[in-house]
Amino acid sequence: MAATRRPPTLFRNLNAKIAAIPMILTALVVFVGGTAWTVVYSFTNSRLLPREKFVGLDQYERLWSSNKWLISIENLFIYGICSLVLSLVIGFVLAALLDQKIRFENTFRTILLYPFALSFIVTGLVWQWILNPQFGIQAVVRSLGFESFSFDPLYNPDIVIYGILIAGLWQSTGLIMCLMLAGLRGIDEDIWKAARIDGIPMWKTYLFIVIPMMRPVFITTLVIIASGIVRVYDLVVAQTSGGPGISSEVPAKYVYDAMFLSQNLGQGFAGSTMMLLAVIIVIVPWAYLEFGGRKRHV
Amino acid sequence: MSSVLINDLSLSFGEVNVLQNLDLEIGKGEFLVLLGSSGCGKSTLLNCIAGLLDITDGQIFINGRNVTWEQPKDRGIGMVFQSYALYPQMTVEGNLAFGLKNAGLPKDEIAKRIARAAEILHIEPLLKRKPAQLSGGQRQRVAIGRALVRDVDVFLFDEPLSNLDAKLRAELRVEIKRLHQQLENTTMIYVTHDQIEAMTLADRIAIMRGGAIQQLGDPATIYNKPVNKYVAGFIGSPSINFVEGEVHPNGVPYFKAGGFEVPLERYEFAGNGPEGGRASFGIRPEHVFMGRAAEGLPYQAETTVEVIEPMGADTLVWSRLHGHELRFRVDGQTSLSKGEVVPIGFDPARASLFDANTEARL
Amino acid sequence: MSNTGALNIAAAGADAAAQELAGPRGARPKRALSGRNIMIYGTLAVVSLYYLLPLYVMMVTSLKGMPEIRMGNIFAPPMEITFEPWVKAWATACTGLNCEGLSRGFWNSVRITVPSVFLSIAIASINGYALANWRFKGANLFFTILIVGAFIPYQVMLYPLVIILREMGLYGSLTGLVLVHSVFGMPILTLLFRNYFTSVPEELFKAARVDGAGFWGIYFKIMLPMSLPIFVVAMIIQITGIWNDFLFGVVYTKPDLYPMTVQLNNIVNSVQGVKEYNVNMAATIITGLVPLIVYFASGKLFVRGIAAGAVKG
Repeated sequence: MAATRRPPTLFRNLNAKIAAIPMILTALVVFVGGTAWTVVYSFTNSRLLPREKFVGLDQYERLWSSNKWLISIENLFIYGICSLVLSLVIGFVLAALLDQKIRFENTFRTILLYPFALSFIVTGLVWQWILNPQFGIQAVVRSLGFESFSFDPLYNPDIVIYGILIAGLWQSTGLIMCLMLAGLRGIDEDIWKAARIDGIPMWKTYLFIVIPMMRPVFITTLVIIASGIVRVYDLVVAQTSGGPGISSEVPAKYVYDAMFLSQNLGQGFAGSTMMLLAVIIVIVPWAYLEFGGRKRHV
Repeated sequence: MSSVLINDLSLSFGEVNVLQNLDLEIGKGEFLVLLGSSGCGKSTLLNCIAGLLDITDGQIFINGRNVTWEQPKDRGIGMVFQSYALYPQMTVEGNLAFGLKNAGLPKDEIAKRIARAAEILHIEPLLKRKPAQLSGGQRQRVAIGRALVRDVDVFLFDEPLSNLDAKLRAELRVEIKRLHQQLENTTMIYVTHDQIEAMTLADRIAIMRGGAIQQLGDPATIYNKPVNKYVAGFIGSPSINFVEGEVHPNGVPYFKAGGFEVPLERYEFAGNGPEGGRASFGIRPEHVFMGRAAEGLPYQAETTVEVIEPMGADTLVWSRLHGHELRFRVDGQTSLSKGEVVPIGFDPARASLFDANTEARL
Repeated sequence: MSNTGALNIAAAGADAAAQELAGPRGARPKRALSGRNIMIYGTLAVVSLYYLLPLYVMMVTSLKGMPEIRMGNIFAPPMEITFEPWVKAWATACTGLNCEGLSRGFWNSVRITVPSVFLSIAIASINGYALANWRFKGANLFFTILIVGAFIPYQVMLYPLVIILREMGLYGSLTGLVLVHSVFGMPILTLLFRNYFTSVPEELFKAARVDGAGFWGIYFKIMLPMSLPIFVVAMIIQITGIWNDFLFGVVYTKPDLYPMTVQLNNIVNSVQGVKEYNVNMAATIITGLVPLIVYFASGKLFVRGIAAGAVKG
């Protein structure tokens, strides 16, 4: 009996390929194509509409000599580092507390996590209200007798970014805590027992045994926080609109304002390319560690 | 002075009584095995002795000292876990030294102890490696080493061989036995569900069930004179044969279950001699002989072969005797066929009788 | 070996009797108020207070009349409870363009979220299924691009998408926004579904193929019915993420189609003159209500969703 020819490779699993078309399209057109397009056009002098005139690094020179951009980078830096360190520390400590087999664990976790369910706009607005110097914390403490108490970060150009930090931490620490808790729960219970038999006090067990064992969780969490920080936008828009003046600008806002408000597409493209660069600097080493390293072990 | 003394120990979690009024005394240098199936409380008891679990009632003494309220590190014990629980980020040397460093021991003392442990356990070449680079057997030895360097004389083992494959298990079993012989005066309390491990390693075995000790004794006694039906059925592979029937005590006592009648004059009754009533008759497959070997034995009968399970060295035969199922062992070379009627026999002195209600040994 | 044991025990018998009553017995004494407990519960209580504070302030402020607010203490409970700010926030607050309150934004958000959730989950689940069970050349490559793409800041792809939508005639419409949400939801959801479907035993799949079922048949008859939990998780991620979105809403729609979050920001931040704090807070609560309800109703599933979808902006 003659054997039937196998259908050409293209037609095998045809249905699957058809079903995957949205993913393929998206991956190619939006992610690869869109990114490439923006990067390329950052070398043009597009204003209201994209223009094909290439001007080399002109946009980047203007970007880095713009006060607004420099301030936004500085803010991102401060916000980023503080956010990273503080949310990791606070998140871990909270997770360690919750891991102690306490009662009401679910209640505590529900309370600590609910801010994550809110929009950044909601978070920004409510903290704007709480930090309001006339009616908020400053007013309340003053009314308790501390006449000279001053706490209005949102009106102080030097420390406004910290006001935003407070709100940001409130929103996202719950998430970090959940990730850390999951990591803690993955630690073999016998390790704890062995440490108790050896007589190791609890804080040393955490510091020298458990945390080193949780390195993958820390790294993943770090990457997640970092990629979220670069994008901070809604929070600033809601809490301070970039103010007072331009002292709480962030790169994401700079880009949006340039593209849609000040009709300066070229600047917007340059700004977003810089943001992309920042993300790449964080992601690539991590990806190499995670995935490149594995190949070597095999 | 006993090495470990447990006095009326109980442990409950809320309404659930996990351990009930346990009494146990372990001598110095003894190898005691806590044996039982999962959930019987053996690991729980071990954790209580270690101090990892707080007991609800009772006392624990180690080397004459009341340690009921002491922290694990102050009880003078070392423990080896089923999952080894080695600190993954430290080298073997680091693992051995960590607890000692924490206790503030001087550096040369630490080095001395590590060297001694490494020599005894043959792990000298492994000292600089990390746990991930060791095989299962090597990791287990390092875990034992961690207990050794604590310079204690009570070792607790929580199913240490259960994670290993059968061949490795057999090898390490012997090594543990040799280790016990080498370290004189070291008491070892060993938890397992594997009766082979228990029989080969123990000086005495405590069979546990439902949080209570069923029988405490040396392997031979437990094997030959199980104190209740559960113990009889638990120990021995293949497991013991049971036949339900009655004991007729008057005159020459005998056991009857339908056509199966066994004279009991050679049977050693516990208590005050034979009592009548419903009972279970137990005889181990390896004590039932066939053919020529059965001649001369006090009980003889003919049984019909039903299923034959050749296992290489032996063959297990499933047969039907007066309507009751009877399994017995024959040499692996014997040839038998289904439906064949063969003569068998056994000595009732090697049997065990259990009361049908209390399941206690008669 | 056994002899030493037996001898020692016999001798120990007398000692044991003497030791019977000596020393501590039973459970270790534990004070409920031990230092450790105080520290743990205390810290958690204080932290919980810090977390609940904004919610409390929101509620309290939204129920006060303006005169009471001007008296100053935001932490004080309302002396007179009024729902007027709520009504105002919903129906008459001014967003700078019109004075119709949040109600329009609410319905916009609904009309954005529902189709987006449906579309993005439909696409991603089929994608994940194709990736998990049907290997074809290049599948992994595209998937990797997708995942890498999840890390790229949205700002980088913002304008190209504007151009694409304009060419398709969808710029400024709800449909366009729905498409955008579906596109950006793909990476996380595809990952989620792919991981889930890989954990389904392959035997099930093979048995179905032996029975003659094809790609779509297996999807609808086998995979779908048994993946209810993961669909719920995906829905939770998407409903929360899309409802709370601001950036896409403000870029890809026209003012009368703005979702609730954008309207909220306009109500609060673009009002000149007298700020009605109570209305603002009422509006804030109303906007946050939907995802909060989803959160409280879903409990553990929400946590699972986070673990999977934590790369959300």
